[in-house]
This record gives sequence, C-alpha cells and structure tokens, in this order.
Amino acid sequence: MMGIETEYGISVPGHPNVNAMLMSSQVVNAYSNQLPTASSRTRWDYDEETPLRDARGFDMSRADADPSQLTDADLGLANAVLTNGARFYVDHAHPEYSSPEVLTPKDALVYDRAGEVIMARAAEIARSMPGVPEIRVYKNNTDNKGASYGTHENYLMSRATDFGAIVGGLLPFFATRQVITGAGRVGIGQDGRGHGFQLSQRADFFEVEVGLETTLKRPMINTRDEPHADPQYHRRLHVIIGDANLAEIPTYLKMGMTSLVLSLIEADVDLSDLALSKPVTQLHQVSYDVTLSHKVELADGRKMTALEIQRTYAERCAAFCERRYGSDVDDQTSDVLDRWIDLLDRLQSDPMTCADELDWVAKLQVLDGYRRRDGVDWDDARLQLVDLQYSDMTAGKGLARRLEARGSLKRITTDEQIAVAVSDAPHDTRAWFRGECLRRYPESVAAASWDSVVFDVEGRSSLQRVPTLDPLRGTRVHVGELLDRCVTANDLLDALAGK
Amino acid sequence: MASEQQHKGSARDEQDQDQSAASDSEALAERKEKLDSDVDSILDEIDDVLEENAAEFVSSFVQKGGE
Repeated sequence: MMGIETEYGISVPGHPNVNAMLMSSQVVNAYSNQLPTASSRTRWDYDEETPLRDARGFDMSRADADPSQLTDADLGLANAVLTNGARFYVDHAHPEYSSPEVLTPKDALVYDRAGEVIMARAAEIARSMPGVPEIRVYKNNTDNKGASYGTHENYLMSRATDFGAIVGGLLPFFATRQVITGAGRVGIGQDGRGHGFQLSQRADFFEVEVGLETTLKRPMINTRDEPHADPQYHRRLHVIIGDANLAEIPTYLKMGMTSLVLSLIEADVDLSDLALSKPVTQLHQVSYDVTLSHKVELADGRKMTALEIQRTYAERCAAFCERRYGSDVDDQTSDVLDRWIDLLDRLQSDPMTCADELDWVAKLQVLDGYRRRDGVDWDDARLQLVDLQYSDMTAGKGLARRLEARGSLKRITTDEQIAVAVSDAPHDTRAWFRGECLRRYPESVAAASWDSVVFDVEGRSSLQRVPTLDPLRGTRVHVGELLDRCVTANDLLDALAGK
Repeated sequence: MASEQQHKGSARDEQDQDQSAASDSEALAERKEKLDSDVDSILDEIDDVLEENAAEFVSSFVQKGGE
C-alpha cells in the first residue's frame, strides 16, 4: 500500500512578498467551497497523529521540537477531505494534496495526476474571485533561493522488518534512483547560485543520512514513525527524498521500483554489499553528473556508476520476483521491471533516447536546445524560467503538459482514468470507506483522517468516531453492501453497533 | 598478379571502409539534424508561451520552506 503527498509552490508573479499561507488557504477554500458535498467543512481528526515518534524507538519532546514539526496542532488552516479519499489542505505555506491510499504504482500515478487537476482547478477558481490576485501553483520542489518543499512517498511495511535493514538497503538506492526519477534542475547548491544543470530538484537539500526532521537537516531516510495503522503490525515508511515528477513514467516507476526494493528488504535479501562510503556526498555527486559516468565509491572500496548500482537493484528485484512468484508475477510488477531495466540500458547508451519519458532528460533537451539555438548559458534567466515553468499548473502555460500534448512526453494514463480519480476513491483500500462516507453522508461527517471517520449525527449526544485502523478494510468488497443498505449516517452507525 | 589483385582488393576494402565510415558519420549528422529540428519546433512552441521578463519573473518566485 502506498501514496504520494505533494506540497505545491505558490506565487503571484511580480509579488515576491505575498502572504503564502493566505494564498494557499484561498486556493484550498476556493475549491472546497464549490464542492456539492459539505466536505469543505470536514476537519482533520488528529487523534492518531504522532509526528514526533521516532522509528528508532524514542519520542522527541515537544519542547525540543521546531514549531514546523508540530504538524498535529490544528492551526485552523484550510482543510478538505475529498470524495476521492484524498486530503487537500494548507501545510505551512503551501497548498498540499495527499493522495488516498492505493495498492499499485499505476494507481499512485493516477491519483497523483488527479491531484494536479484538483490543484489547477482550485487555483483557477481562486483567480476568478474578486480581490484575489493572479495566483500560480507549481509542482516543483525549490524556489532556487534556498527554500525547498516536499513530495513525500509513503509505503506501508511490516513492523517486523528491522529499521536498520531498511536504512542500509535504501541509502544506495536513494542516492542513485534519481537517474530515473530526477525532475531536473537549473542551478547548483541550495540557493541555486551555482551555474549548471543537475538531475534532481531535491538532492542539494539533504544533509544527513537518517533523522526525524523534514524541514531542517533533511535526512535521506526519515524516521517518522506514524503508521496511521495498527502499530503492532505496520509501519509507514515516510520517504522525503523524492522529486515532484511531471512525467508519468518516472512517477510510476518511482513507486514501483521503491516498492520492489522494500519487498527485497522485507524478505531479508542481503544488500549490504552495496553500502556506500558517503551516501549524502554521493547523492549530490550523482545529481551533478548528467553524463551518468561518475563513479560512486562503495564502503568496500569498489567503484560503480549510479546506473550500475541501479542495475544491481533491478536484477535482484527481478530474481526475487522470479523466485517468489515464478510465472505468476503480476503484469504491473513485470512492467515496472522491464521498463526499469530498459531505461537503464538506454541511459547507458544515450540518455537523450529517454527525452520523451524522463523529466530530467526532457528538460535538459529543451535547455540544451536554447543553449545551441540562442547561444546562451546556464546563467541565462530564460533557462531558469524554462525550469520553473515546466511545472506550472496553469492550463496552457505548463511546459511539461505542453510537451505531453504535442506527443513529446509519453503518457501511460488516460484523461478518463484521471477524471474518475478526481471524484472517486480507489475501491481496494480503506480510502473507499472515507470517500464514500463523504459522498453519501456529507452533512454528517464532522471530521476524518487516514484512520478514522467522525460522524456528527442529530439525536446523538456526542461525536461518533469510526476507526479505520486496518488499511485493507473498508474496501468496496468489504463495506459496499453495508453502505448501500444504510440510507443515512445514523443507519450506518446503528449497523456498525450491531443494532 | 596475385599480389596486385590482393593489393587492389585491399584498396577496395579500404575504400569501402572509408565510404561506410563516411556514410555512418553522414547518418549521424543527419540524425542530429533531425533531432535539432524536432527540438527547434518544441522551442518555437515554448517561445510562444514563455513568460515575459524572465529575470524578473524568476526572481519574484520566492517560497517558504515546507514539509
């Protein structure tokens, strides 16, 4: 089970000092106020949130925490829970879309793109309101002036897996997967002042290997232990190192490749021979090398390119799937493995053959085009603008979507699939129960969260909290018939109480 | 005779090699030209929608950290 949460950049062109928190609230409220349901009023239920719990087994004191880490305090910022099971809200100074829980990389991609549609529509509605300035939203990760904001992946894992094994198995993978998942960036260093192009939006913002923080001293492996599920059986791996992808194939592969590597780790496959000598430094070096020839130094003294390390992971994943599933391996897993290995082959022979699949290559091809045609170099503001505008969500303005429309960037979803995902929750996780309650009983849902739906029903003296701690219950198969029988939320609460 | 034929033969081989190398590099140049013209048509499209005053636009994009 997995999901993607994305903080979008927000700005008013020509006005660098606008109140970003206010703009973000206007965007979220503009969207939720026009919904036919009352989900705009749905509050977030913070009961199960523990942002200061550390997977290594201790809690950070609230007094020691940076205020930005106290994400469970209800600051009264705009919040909506949507019928597709997603959360659409203001996090710090950004509008954020947290996708519903899904079971497959393809669904993760479809719900991620649904988030783009929602964000674009929200900004469009906000802009059309009297007194609201020309708000733009961007699906990127840095302003190139020192600030970064995140695109986080979440993966449900078994609690039995040793956290040390997760860290060891993931560090070399995370340092190198950017050859496929990088969104590309003009600028070197956190403030982007160095001239040049690098594979990743985020690499420069990571300073340590492991830690609890997400806003300062960012760690390659985040230890936040907030499973949003039964902590006895599950952990939620919170991955903060990824870029916001615009191209579909890297979003899909990012989720698929990472899930496969986590399966290896859960199955105790030994990956210790891939340990790097300096993972954080290597993360940066790999990002800076568009020729993909940089040799990464391993802890045992060997040197391998990022492509070779990725190939080792891909081959071990393929061998693992062969051992475990044989010819019963599901189509999507085979597809992820095939594409992963094929892309590594082509990146090795000529990265430009991947220009219609990968964000960083698509971006670099356009930027190199400007450098050749106009004789400009990396310090040219127009190249920085191309980088920024690539991620603009405004219809007609966003360069990634224009490349897609002219067939220069491949798609693996359809507009119909995305339209359905804007309104309907995935039917095979608990997100279905959350989304359907909001659709069917909008007036009665007072609050919701990943692991609860809270009802406020006339005639009942207190709020009724229905926990949804098991992420695989609350599916259409599980509760579809029950919901069909219950015309009102009151009926549902009676049925759940066994009356 | 034999050596002359051989000599002729190897000269022809060299010539063939030269020709095939030349046609390889021609093909490469052709591919590059085709790619450049594809990219140029992308650039033309982007030129039409790219924001004006690039320097000002980029410098006014200021974000607060997140996460």
